[in-house]
Amino acid sequence: MTLSSPVFRAVATCVVPEASRFDAAQWDEMAAIVARAIAARPRAMQRQLALFLILLEWFPLVRYGRRLSRLDPARRTKFLDRLQRSPLLLLRRGFWGVRTLVLMGYYGRPAAAAEIGYRADARGWEARR
Amino acid sequence: MSTSRSYDIVIIGSGAGGGTVAQELAPLVRDGVRILVLEKGPRFADQEFTGRELEMADALYQDGGAFLTRDGTMTLAFASAYGGSTVVYTGTSLTAPQRVIRAWGVPGLEHADLTRRSAKYAEQNNVHALDDPLINDNNRLFVEGGRKAGYLVEQFPVNVKGCRGSSLCNLGCPNQAKQGTNRVQLPRAERAGVEVVTRAEVLRIEPDRTLTVRVSQKAAGTKGAPSEWAPGDYAVRARIVVAAAGAIGTSALLLRSPLPAPRSLGHGFTCHPALILVAEHPRPITNDVGHPKSYFVDHGASERFVLETCMYFPFVTAKSLTGFGATHSAIMHALPRLQMILILACDHVASGNRIAVSRTGSPIVHYRFTPETIDGLVRGTRAAARIFFAAGARRVHAPADPPLLEIADADRLEERVTASSFRPGMLAVSAAHLMGGCGMGRTAADSVTDAWGRVHGLPWLRVADASLFPDSLEINPYLTIMGLADRVAEGVRRDLAVVRD
Repeated sequence: MTLSSPVFRAVATCVVPEASRFDAAQWDEMAAIVARAIAARPRAMQRQLALFLILLEWFPLVRYGRRLSRLDPARRTKFLDRLQRSPLLLLRRGFWGVRTLVLMGYYGRPAAAAEIGYRADARGWEARR
Repeated sequence: MSTSRSYDIVIIGSGAGGGTVAQELAPLVRDGVRILVLEKGPRFADQEFTGRELEMADALYQDGGAFLTRDGTMTLAFASAYGGSTVVYTGTSLTAPQRVIRAWGVPGLEHADLTRRSAKYAEQNNVHALDDPLINDNNRLFVEGGRKAGYLVEQFPVNVKGCRGSSLCNLGCPNQAKQGTNRVQLPRAERAGVEVVTRAEVLRIEPDRTLTVRVSQKAAGTKGAPSEWAPGDYAVRARIVVAAAGAIGTSALLLRSPLPAPRSLGHGFTCHPALILVAEHPRPITNDVGHPKSYFVDHGASERFVLETCMYFPFVTAKSLTGFGATHSAIMHALPRLQMILILACDHVASGNRIAVSRTGSPIVHYRFTPETIDGLVRGTRAAARIFFAAGARRVHAPADPPLLEIADADRLEERVTASSFRPGMLAVSAAHLMGGCGMGRTAADSVTDAWGRVHGLPWLRVADASLFPDSLEINPYLTIMGLADRVAEGVRRDLAVVRD
């Protein structure tokens, strides 16, 4: 299971809909940020994440008869929303972790900061005059 | 094979506690006392503080700022650098409340004494209230909304000198305006002859007062200067050891050392769990320019929360919002119109909330939210929403179902914001004020150290950081850490004089 896998992209485009307009280079940029963050985590956590992504992909098969990456966006969103409200801490936490990585990959790009109008500058007030 | 070194005093950590002790003991160098500070993190050059979010978080924070509690429901932020967490705080400098120090009930620790010592560091670090022209809209709206909603809004004294308003305090000031120990106490100590070695991690302390120290190599392409010592393992002998590696660092170090430490070591961990809330105004406001944290509302005593102004960076803001998808994106794209408030819950010592170590000696923090702490977050969220609406915000993004509170919801916040939306694992809760683990008290039966930071039964071993707090401080802790560290330094000077006589 890699960050370029269909399931990661399926989750990413649900969490940040704008990511569905990404070209290959933008996906690569996002994947590189996430890969760097994962590489710095303990091995056990890396294994848990890989396992959770597999579960994410196959879980919907039981309810919707399709894998997550094959679901339409509305059903995908519904499924992920259920996960984040799950009574099981393990599922809530797992989804939270993947969601955090997606947001890091997306909003960690300098282009995203510019897109949302974030303009912090070391020169502070002087840069706004 | 390790290299041996010998010193009279070794200080572990260079943040608010270690930096203060180093400065206070520095005059002893003139009398031939050899003093060493060992800092796990690197020493950064001024130009390395770029303000770029992920780059600086990786360089400065443990686990890039994502150190997780054992059950994965809260992240803990603490820095590893020359100057410790004083490099990354916003410089807010408050004196410990009298009611809190009284409630701690540590024999020999008086509020008046702590206040006097804290005042010394407030003066040294140029602590003052920012002038009005430097206050941005994000802070001004908090004041206006807070007062309209009936709250007592107070201004934070901050320790800046020549603040240009970059708003990047939590990523290390790019203008060297913040007067942390990296700018004030450590340079003074070094000028007086104290040796500071960075990238030096203390693995354990032996009962014969030998420290096993590992000095790391600077990895290619990373920030920070190489260590002052050659990379490798060292056996450092000391007559007196002062542990000031922060609540987690110090507790973990003592836990993995073969010392006869008191049984409560690692227990009593508290941390002010915090939530970031945002609200959308109809027009752009100045929020990502100017000092981010200038005002607060303290309801710690009555409702277990403190509200503070804040402004975070794109990724931290994104992960702090509840939910995902189009609503989440819309709020992120409203960033130039967002007002932000940080809610800190005043948690208290709870059984089971403690610091432990793994088989390999890494720190593990066990933390569960008590119903009282969740209640503090819920009440704080309602109060923040009242302030946002009173300030003119048209919608508030909060842990609620659905997460957008509209103006029409302002009169029914009790109904809209409830504990059911605050389940662990559903929220991005993080904490930066990490306290306890080596609490002060009377004897080894009820605490780890005495009121002077002396570990019970090990008079040569002192603690000088927030791990000393026997319970939550309920406010930003740096001046209190410095005040306590000042006492530790005085105790060391006194004991050293007795030994020499």
